Amino acid sequence: MSKPYSFQRMIFRLKQYWDERGCIIQEPYDVEVGAGTMCPETFLRVLGPDPYRVAYVQPSRRPADGRYGENPNRLYKHQQLQVILKPAPEDVIAQYLGSLEAIGIDLSKHDIKFEEDNWESPTLGAWGVGWQVMLDGLEITQFTYFQQCGGVDLDVAPAEITYGLERLAAFLQGVESVYEIEWTEGFSYADVRLRDEQQFSVYNFDVAEIGTLWKMFELHEGECQRLLAGWAKSEDKDRYPVLAAYDHVLKCSHLFNLLDSRGAISVTERVAVIARVRKLAVGTAQLWLKQQTKETAA
Amino acid sequence: MSRFLLEIGCEEIPDWMIVPALNHLRGAVQGLFDEQLAGARVERTEATPRRLALFARDLIARQPDTVELVLGPPKSAGAGAAAGFAKKNGVTVADLETETTPKGEYFALRKKREGREAVQVLAEALPKLVLSIPWPKTMYWTSRNGSRFIRPIRWIVALLEDSVVKFEIEGVASGRHTHGHRLAGAGPIEVTIDDYEQQLAGHGVYLGAAARRERIEQGMAKLLDGSGHRIEPDAALLETLVYLTENPTPILGTFSADYLRLPREVLSTVMRHHQRYFSVEDANGKLAPQFIAVMNTGADPDGLVRSGNERVLRARFNDAQFFWQGDLKRPLESRLEDLKNVTFQAQLGSYYDKTKRVAALVESLGGGAEAARAALLAKCDLTTSMVKELTELQGVMGGLYAREQGEPENVWRAVYEHYKPLSMDDSIPSTKAGQFVALADKLDTLRACFGAGLIPSGSKDPFALRRAAQGVVKILVEGGTGVQVEETGELGEFLLDRVKYYFREVRGFAYDEVNAVLAAGWGNLPDVLRRLEAVRAVRPTADFEPLAASFKRIRNILKQAGVEKRGEVDEALFDNDAERALFAEMNAVTGAVHTPGVTYPAALASIASLRPHVDHFFDQVLVNTADERIRANRLTLLCNLLTEFSTIADFSEIVTEKAESGTHSS
Repeated sequence: MSKPYSFQRMIFRLKQYWDERGCIIQEPYDVEVGAGTMCPETFLRVLGPDPYRVAYVQPSRRPADGRYGENPNRLYKHQQLQVILKPAPEDVIAQYLGSLEAIGIDLSKHDIKFEEDNWESPTLGAWGVGWQVMLDGLEITQFTYFQQCGGVDLDVAPAEITYGLERLAAFLQGVESVYEIEWTEGFSYADVRLRDEQQFSVYNFDVAEIGTLWKMFELHEGECQRLLAGWAKSEDKDRYPVLAAYDHVLKCSHLFNLLDSRGAISVTERVAVIARVRKLAVGTAQLWLKQQTKETAA
Repeated sequence: MSRFLLEIGCEEIPDWMIVPALNHLRGAVQGLFDEQLAGARVERTEATPRRLALFARDLIARQPDTVELVLGPPKSAGAGAAAGFAKKNGVTVADLETETTPKGEYFALRKKREGREAVQVLAEALPKLVLSIPWPKTMYWTSRNGSRFIRPIRWIVALLEDSVVKFEIEGVASGRHTHGHRLAGAGPIEVTIDDYEQQLAGHGVYLGAAARRERIEQGMAKLLDGSGHRIEPDAALLETLVYLTENPTPILGTFSADYLRLPREVLSTVMRHHQRYFSVEDANGKLAPQFIAVMNTGADPDGLVRSGNERVLRARFNDAQFFWQGDLKRPLESRLEDLKNVTFQAQLGSYYDKTKRVAALVESLGGGAEAARAALLAKCDLTTSMVKELTELQGVMGGLYAREQGEPENVWRAVYEHYKPLSMDDSIPSTKAGQFVALADKLDTLRACFGAGLIPSGSKDPFALRRAAQGVVKILVEGGTGVQVEETGELGEFLLDRVKYYFREVRGFAYDEVNAVLAAGWGNLPDVLRRLEAVRAVRPTADFEPLAASFKRIRNILKQAGVEKRGEVDEALFDNDAERALFAEMNAVTGAVHTPGVTYPAALASIASLRPHVDHFFDQVLVNTADERIRANRLTLLCNLLTEFSTIADFSEIVTEKAESGTHSS
């Protein structure tokens, strides 16, 4: 058997595979997100009738999942490869299976199961149905047919394929800990990312200043609200900065996650704060849709 | 007569939805046959995650022609009317006939309706019928206005013998091509009704659920053959795997015996619930460091599937070990404060609030110190890492942590078992302290939810209150708490429903026996059980049902007369030996029934012995006599009789053959 792909070659190979299938290959979005789904390339592009095909790696930050770099399988920040196929082609699952073959998994020697796993994000007003894809008992991919985003029923149901890249690489390379993954020759995952995990776990769990986080949350929320409210009176709707409003939604969402991992959100507050973020997300999605469809009525 | 095959090819359907969907499909297609193609019947339905298949036979090729008689105007209306009638029906007057009816002669038309081809009937009905399968959650996959189904439909086979029944669902045209297993023989594969199942088998798909079940069971037996080990049986897991695979093949994996230091509950839950593996026991019933995974493929030639699954399990067990050690660093009790941040229910506060209420309730029910301690600890495991990860172990983990931290057995066991019984088949907590905690926890949930108006209606029961109430009833009857039911109002009725359900469905008492006994009071449920057993024992004896019929008659007489209260019987007003005899016998039986230590069956036998005297009374005595005082005295006698002997059961609730006559009162 030939040497398994390094982490970065596996990513190159997957990007190439989806490039060959007509996808735009995007770079990661440069605002913190909890999942690739939240990037505008997914969250906004799935809205409306226009076809879109895109693939990108997205570092996804979940402060509460941090383990100070001590757990072999859990990370504060992991990398997802996110593929959006809108509309979903009829052979979408066969295409997906082909991508596994492309990174060196001989499916005739492995066991693949599609187990029901529906996806829902209350903060984004989004949900879909689908599966977790199990490879020899390991969940390697979340496969979702989106139905709703930002509280809006989608015109066409796109397929979202989210690969967990660390898991996949650990599987390919046969290592027990993500930190042992070979990133590229001579460099392990730990070499590249361990400090990141350690320091951000300390920050997220122990050090982040709660008052400051709340202030930042409110600033971003306020700016987002200001932009949402300004749409109606805007005379230049084509260039109205809906995308900037959405960046502030993402900031709020990340700050909420930070506050949560810091233990700063009580039970009663929790539902209310989620509702605040959701309101921003839904408002932005609706404006985006209006802007795309040139529907200018407020 | 023709055969028919339908296969809906679909992307992977969630395993638990498949059987209900298949049953619906069978019913709907049979319904279509009965309505349109009489005589045809659905012979068999089968399904895998990727296909719903239906086999039918005895389809007629074509519906029979039918003739419909349309009456027109009366003959007397003349030629003009006839012409109008003919024109309206698109025929000429020459096509009309004369029909003689009791009202006279009419113009009439025999309209011939040609039967339609079966192929046409099916093609028209099937798309709607397939899409009518009710799924718990549906999706659209082409566009927002497109059809909805559980997952995208990708192919359809529809054959009436050799002909394709042509229709389309969401752009997918029916045909004669199926698809095999995703990896072991994708297709498309042309099939006939005769070779369909063999073709699938040749392409890696075992169509029959029974065949897949057998493959799993036999494969597992073979893997363990000669080892003295056996799997821990898990019928639900087996069923899941049957419908999660098209080509199930079990493989045996192992893990390091070091992990056996973790509690068996944890290991077993990780394997069975999270990884869908069967766990394995050795000959002594101890957990073996082995598991059986069921693949959805025929073989594991290089052992890669096995080593992959072993690797995943190792990571899971490492996590569990990390949680176990981490959780034990804190005393369970110290987590009580943290429960303030765990919501029980939005309107009902936190688990901290609930814990305080349950602990107070345990105390007021007389649960004692150990139960009170257990009640305090019962929910503390909700904030442990292990329970956050393996939620189904709540309660159990709390018990295990309490044991590790040195709580006495009665306390940790009460925590461990306080969610029991999980179903009517599950046992109640094994200790009295456990019964008190389980009871108080469930009663509190019921009282709190009913108090907040969160009352189950129809099939909606989001807080699983029926299960909680069922648990309360089971614990009260089968346990030793001695707690009485004091609930009234809506919650009282809700509990009474569950009491009836329990005695009828779980204990198998007849519904009238249950009604009779409950009508005599149900606060003390173990006593209800004893009374029911007595009624069941006495019921077959000769005097019982006739006496019950008489009681019903008495009740109706009293109801008509408006008599409700007992009173003093005045013996001086008796004018008949039958009256005197009944009164004397009543007093004797009252004495016998109230003798200390008398059992319910003995008391019921004494009461049943009244029967000849009651019969004699009704033969000889007219209750509604003209003399008002005598009449009132007789009614009092009957009222006393009824109330005195209805404390074990209200016999008038017993349904007897004679009961009907009892409703026509004298």
